[in-house]
Amino acid sequence: MNSLFLTNILNLPLLVHLALPLTIILVYALVAIWGERKVAGFIQDRLGPMRVGGWHGWAQSIADLLKLIQKEDIVPTNASRFLFKFAPFMMFAASYAAFAVIPFSSGYIGSNINIGVFYLLAVTSVLTLSIIMAAWASNNKWSLLGGMRSAAQMVSYEVPTIATVLTVIVVAGSLNLMTVTEMQSGNDILGFLPNWFIFQNPFLIVAFVIFFISILAESHRVPFDLPESESELVAGYQTEYSGMRWAMFMLAEYADMLLLSLLGAVLFFGGWNSPFGDFMGGPVWGFFWFMLKGLLLVFVMMWIRWTLPRYRVDQLMHICWSVLIPLSFINLVLVALWELIF
Amino acid sequence: MKSVEEILEYLSEKFPETEFEALQGDVGPARIKVPAPVIKDVAKFLRDDDRLLFNTLMCLSGLHYPKEEEMGVAYHIHSTKLGHSLALNVRVPEEKAEVPTVESIWKTADWHEREAYDMVGITFTGHPDLRRILCPYDWEGHPLRKDYEQQEFYRGVTTNE
Amino acid sequence: MIELISDTGERREMTINMGPQHPSTHGVLRLELVLDGEIIKKVKPHIGYLHRCFEKYAEEMDDYAKVIPYTDRMDYVSAMNQEHGYVVAVERMLELEVPERVEHIRVIVAEMQRIASHLLGIGAFGLDLGAFTPFLYLFTEREKILDIFEKVSGARLLYNYMAVGGLMRDVHPEFKEDVADFVKTFRPKIKELDNLLSYNKIFINRTANIGVLPVEVALNYAASGPVLRGSGLKWDLRKDDPYSIYDRFEFDIPVGSGEVGTLGDCWDRYIVRVREMEQSLRIIEQALESMPDEGDVMEAIPKRIRMKEGEIYVRTESPRGELGYFIAGDNSASPFRVKARAPSFVHLSMLPAISRGSLIADMVAIIGSIDIVLGEVDR
Repeated sequence: MNSLFLTNILNLPLLVHLALPLTIILVYALVAIWGERKVAGFIQDRLGPMRVGGWHGWAQSIADLLKLIQKEDIVPTNASRFLFKFAPFMMFAASYAAFAVIPFSSGYIGSNINIGVFYLLAVTSVLTLSIIMAAWASNNKWSLLGGMRSAAQMVSYEVPTIATVLTVIVVAGSLNLMTVTEMQSGNDILGFLPNWFIFQNPFLIVAFVIFFISILAESHRVPFDLPESESELVAGYQTEYSGMRWAMFMLAEYADMLLLSLLGAVLFFGGWNSPFGDFMGGPVWGFFWFMLKGLLLVFVMMWIRWTLPRYRVDQLMHICWSVLIPLSFINLVLVALWELIF
Repeated sequence: MKSVEEILEYLSEKFPETEFEALQGDVGPARIKVPAPVIKDVAKFLRDDDRLLFNTLMCLSGLHYPKEEEMGVAYHIHSTKLGHSLALNVRVPEEKAEVPTVESIWKTADWHEREAYDMVGITFTGHPDLRRILCPYDWEGHPLRKDYEQQEFYRGVTTNE
Repeated sequence: MIELISDTGERREMTINMGPQHPSTHGVLRLELVLDGEIIKKVKPHIGYLHRCFEKYAEEMDDYAKVIPYTDRMDYVSAMNQEHGYVVAVERMLELEVPERVEHIRVIVAEMQRIASHLLGIGAFGLDLGAFTPFLYLFTEREKILDIFEKVSGARLLYNYMAVGGLMRDVHPEFKEDVADFVKTFRPKIKELDNLLSYNKIFINRTANIGVLPVEVALNYAASGPVLRGSGLKWDLRKDDPYSIYDRFEFDIPVGSGEVGTLGDCWDRYIVRVREMEQSLRIIEQALESMPDEGDVMEAIPKRIRMKEGEIYVRTESPRGELGYFIAGDNSASPFRVKARAPSFVHLSMLPAISRGSLIADMVAIIGSIDIVLGEVDR
């Protein structure tokens, strides 16, 4: 018994598997929150944070995090205590667990299972559950409205997301994200373009557009940020949260953004493959390219957020059910036909 | 476009039983004094008659005249179609400050009348929802009456600093 | 726990308080909403949270001039227009002649204030619909106006600048250049706004056909200003009941036309404000040209105001609509009764009529489009 316990503790790969994605997410979240404020600042013709830490306020998110940790942990009197306290952690756990199947580089993947995509989509569905849990447990009508909106939105937009992911799977023929990435190495298209799926098949460009719109909705970004639309629902399901638990929601949201962006990078932009073939290849450069692609998509999300107004809840559903879903299924058929012919 | 005198003459002709009076201060245009019980009929007539067409109520104010021991309501109406304006005055005795509502004629009177009720304590009979509007619902007294005395405590909180 | 479905399984309506602390009620407005899902079944506005006894204070003052600072605090985003309305009313009661230079300066600052107020109104409207960036772009422009006002009056929000018969102080020497500079830099920004917000597809989706106000209803509720013009009626007190020197200037009255939806919807009310800013620029340019360079702005200020007996109702065009002052004098130095007829107060009273059956998100759009300022509603 004792020796078995020891071997488990000393099992370095397990610790690495636990710590590595967590470190990546935490560092990314700090950078992304600071980055978002900087991006917003530049888009809005101002500077954003400039003071904390010296150079362009780089330590702003760290200072904010420290402040949030120190805050009093407030639970409303009439809230359902356990669920209220548990929901933020469950939400973060859901997005964190999904990182297990993301191939960060050719040398590292948390768990190389052959149903990676399936696992990822299934685990992220728990997000909806935790949001409803938070909304319901808060015992606040604004939270509840936010939670209901969120449930409707995520359930609806999961359909086009899955349909477009399926489109890529049809081309790749594998559910394993590592295999999907490996299939995209090399620069053969027109002699110089990398073999990324987005270049392989014109219908996959359409698929990517649908996918991107859907992940905007899945991660509650403008113009689909209805669950927490501050001007209508105060803060949606986060209304009653403060301090550390609110920070967990933030973290989970940013992690979710990265997760879906990275999934997009794997499915359409060749994952960790370098755009220059073997040049700047290898596991370390692979990690660099992969994160770069993911962060670029995150940047586009921020860009959209600070430019567009927000849709209304019925318009959001209209876009999903009568535009994106039919389009994504027609597109699936067209991609399949293209694969059959060429 | 009609002057106040013309409108007064026209009204007297249409309401032979009612006594209208022109009030003229040292400044400002003349106002027509209307007896309180007929104000609603007069208002309806002013709005609907083809030669008057007063389609908007610009302002409705409640007043308290302590010397005369009277309460007053001043109506300022305007016709966007014909471009003329008119001021109507209604005076009622302090102890029985009741004026028929014109809410059904001009919708905007709804809140204005609530405000007049809140501020000077005129009751508008027939008003669908005559509650206080600016002061809290359980406030005592009507602040713009000249004999108003501020309550000392409101829900246990002192009202003087 | 919140119960939405009763024990017998039937649907229940949910009553929810929107405000007094809510991000998009533009202050401390409280709306009691009865919801079926997200659809609004009933709206009941409760006001008075910002009541500061303007009318009571006005009666307590022993001088008509001492009311002016209080008028500032009613509609705090367009203080100049509030002062302008009040001094015009008192001057008309006193039958006072005002020097040319004073009239010109008043018109220029009032029109600048109108632009500043519309910038805030439009920006906040965008913000209500989730567009954060236009708000800050517009604030940059508003800032320039406030800088000029600061030089003119010493204050940035509540100016206490106009006096009965004149102005508290003369403008600074570079006033004309400052204003001309602003006019020049501001004009292209309106185009930019059109590109960024007015014709944005999502923005149109959110505002077209929402909160439709037919013109008859608007008149019955005595709506005025951009709200009435949005319903298609060419009605502007600067033209239809001219005060000050507005009859000398050439400008158009923009009206709603149902360009992207129904006549009198939120978008129409919004676009009227945008177009009005262009017209204000035209007025400012003309006023700058004809403004006399010399003249004492304080010569006509009466030492002591003694009002005769009488009642008067004077209305002016504030950025939000018809701002009326009802003043009753009683042969003394102290006002017998001052009532401010605030456009926001009147516009808010028609909220239940135009928002029934809409969604919560539409409610936010409607409140934003009628552009209320709670300081003016509650006085």
